[in-house]
Amino acid sequence: MERKNNLMTWVDERLPVSSFIKNHLTQYYAPKNFNFLYFFGALAIVLFALQILTGIFLTMHYKPDALHAFASVEYIMRDVSFGWVIRYMHSTGASLFFVVIYMHMFRAIIYGSYKKPRELLWIFGVLIFLLLMAEAFFGYLLPWGQMSYWGAQVIVNLFATVPFIGPDLAEWVRGDYLVSDATLNRFFAFHVIALPLALAGLIFLHLAALHSVGSNNPDGIEIKLTKDKKTGIPLDGIPFHPYYTVKDLIGLTVFLIVFTTIIFFMPEVGGYFLEHNNFVPADPLVTPAHIAPVWYFTPFYSILRAVPPIFNSQFPGVAAMGAAVLILFIVPWLDKSKVKSIRYKGALYKKWLAAFVLSFLILGYLGTVPSNIWGQIPNFIPLLGGLDLATFVARVFTIVYFAFFVLMPFYSKKDKTKPVPKRVTS
Amino acid sequence: MKKNSLILAILLFPFFIWNNSYAADGSFHLDNAKIDLDDQQSLQRGARNFINYCLNCHSANYMRYNRLQDIGLSEDEIKKNLLFTADKSGELMNISMDTVEAKKWFGANPPNLTVTARSRGKDWIYTYLRTFYIDDSRELGWNNLVYPNAAMPHVLWELQGTQVYKDNHLSLLKAGVLSEQEYDQFVLDTTNYMVFMAEPAKLVRHKIGYFVIGFLVILLILVINLKREFWKDIK
Repeated sequence: MERKNNLMTWVDERLPVSSFIKNHLTQYYAPKNFNFLYFFGALAIVLFALQILTGIFLTMHYKPDALHAFASVEYIMRDVSFGWVIRYMHSTGASLFFVVIYMHMFRAIIYGSYKKPRELLWIFGVLIFLLLMAEAFFGYLLPWGQMSYWGAQVIVNLFATVPFIGPDLAEWVRGDYLVSDATLNRFFAFHVIALPLALAGLIFLHLAALHSVGSNNPDGIEIKLTKDKKTGIPLDGIPFHPYYTVKDLIGLTVFLIVFTTIIFFMPEVGGYFLEHNNFVPADPLVTPAHIAPVWYFTPFYSILRAVPPIFNSQFPGVAAMGAAVLILFIVPWLDKSKVKSIRYKGALYKKWLAAFVLSFLILGYLGTVPSNIWGQIPNFIPLLGGLDLATFVARVFTIVYFAFFVLMPFYSKKDKTKPVPKRVTS
Repeated sequence: MKKNSLILAILLFPFFIWNNSYAADGSFHLDNAKIDLDDQQSLQRGARNFINYCLNCHSANYMRYNRLQDIGLSEDEIKKNLLFTADKSGELMNISMDTVEAKKWFGANPPNLTVTARSRGKDWIYTYLRTFYIDDSRELGWNNLVYPNAAMPHVLWELQGTQVYKDNHLSLLKAGVLSEQEYDQFVLDTTNYMVFMAEPAKLVRHKIGYFVIGFLVILLILVINLKREFWKDIK
């Protein structure tokens, strides 16, 4: 014991480890009323670590070369000891990362965690989401299957719709006239070093911002406002360690059960996590009949497809898709509600939120299927006759998606909120 | 809490109802291939079929011959009976046909079949190999119901016999060496093997999975109690 203390003092004099542990774990006070939605932040960190770890081992065997990429993935699946576990962990991890992040963002939205003083925390979060989408997109090209190839082709071509500089821009991104070996190599570089590095930095900032303002909670009450007069500790706060570390272990274990069930029993998840067509090597001469992005991009892909071209330019669709993500940045200033949490918001807000969730799910579904899936609107209907029904539905829900944000200043102000208690409820 | 579970249920719901089905060419109804990956005999017969009939035009060169040990064949058995296109059992299942020539002969390059069971699905393979029929309008005289205008001729015609397609119905014009039942079994074995070949890990995946999940369930009970113990003092 004596010795250990000596060692700790020695280290502390040179690096403040003990005070770091105190400030961020044992004496970092988190609200005591977290529910299961608060697992997802911790899970996202675990997944990030897992993706890095499995990624390192995949990189040892993967070859970023158009001639060898597909075969090297199959090599990992067959000849590398337990390579299939590592690969499935990585592919399942990618999809579940988005499940976790979407839940994490949903949690932030319903409990108003973006509101003052957590605006910057939210902005870092949206930046992480943006980079995560880029990371997933770059990574998806690497197996060099048909969906990898044509998905990348479609997405890179979005840059070509930018007025004036478009085609040059797309060529610059690809490094070639079409998606090719050059593209694969640079996407590999972005995927394994550039973006993970940027993500690690942003996650650090996200956590730093969190620990300076403290966590929000399902009641949306600032626990720092009611402190014990003697100790100065928030009355509704409990030390993160051990209370939330042991609680997060439950969340983590449940998550791992879901994670391993997918890895060992359904790694393709019916073609959603690993698309069937991606088991066909990339062929620049054969365009698949139906190109769909992986499920986590489909709500935004739906928005892209729903917006009609204007003056023969697809750019409005691309702009709408970009806006659908970028609009998240200004949510803290769109919400004019007096209260943070949905628990004290009125029926009007809840209706809008329900409409938003519904539109996100429907757009997500429509993005996975061809737009003619529900046939056409009959010709006798004026204006809309002949239009794909699914496209029409996607347009309606695209409007709902944006209305949720654009009209938020109005309905959140008009909404009849309930009085917020001083202390958190259990 | 009730409300939260409802939200969770709604969010997870799509995963249960959506099934991104295999892209079929046309809308031909596929028969369900009732394969059994635990049936080693069937897998071994399938390997024999595949190597004898398919692995001449089609390669399977992500697969190594010695991986056939996973389905109960010994190194010696593989060497003696199945090693037509390689010298050592550690080699990949390559073929000697030249791809440029192949394209000239068939109009299309016969694809590598290693992971076809994962791109097309087992039912597709099972139905495809049973729905060839005579069609004089095609260069090689054969057409297929699942994959219309397929470049591949009916390689297994001697076994199945020749079929004609009339009034939306396939019928046997000339019987083959195998009866209909025997031929279906032949194709089923081959399909079974191709599913194994597409993902050899599938044979052990489930077995390992039960252990992993069993371990995690025990861990879950422990951590739930651990949390309860710690949270006792939180009012």
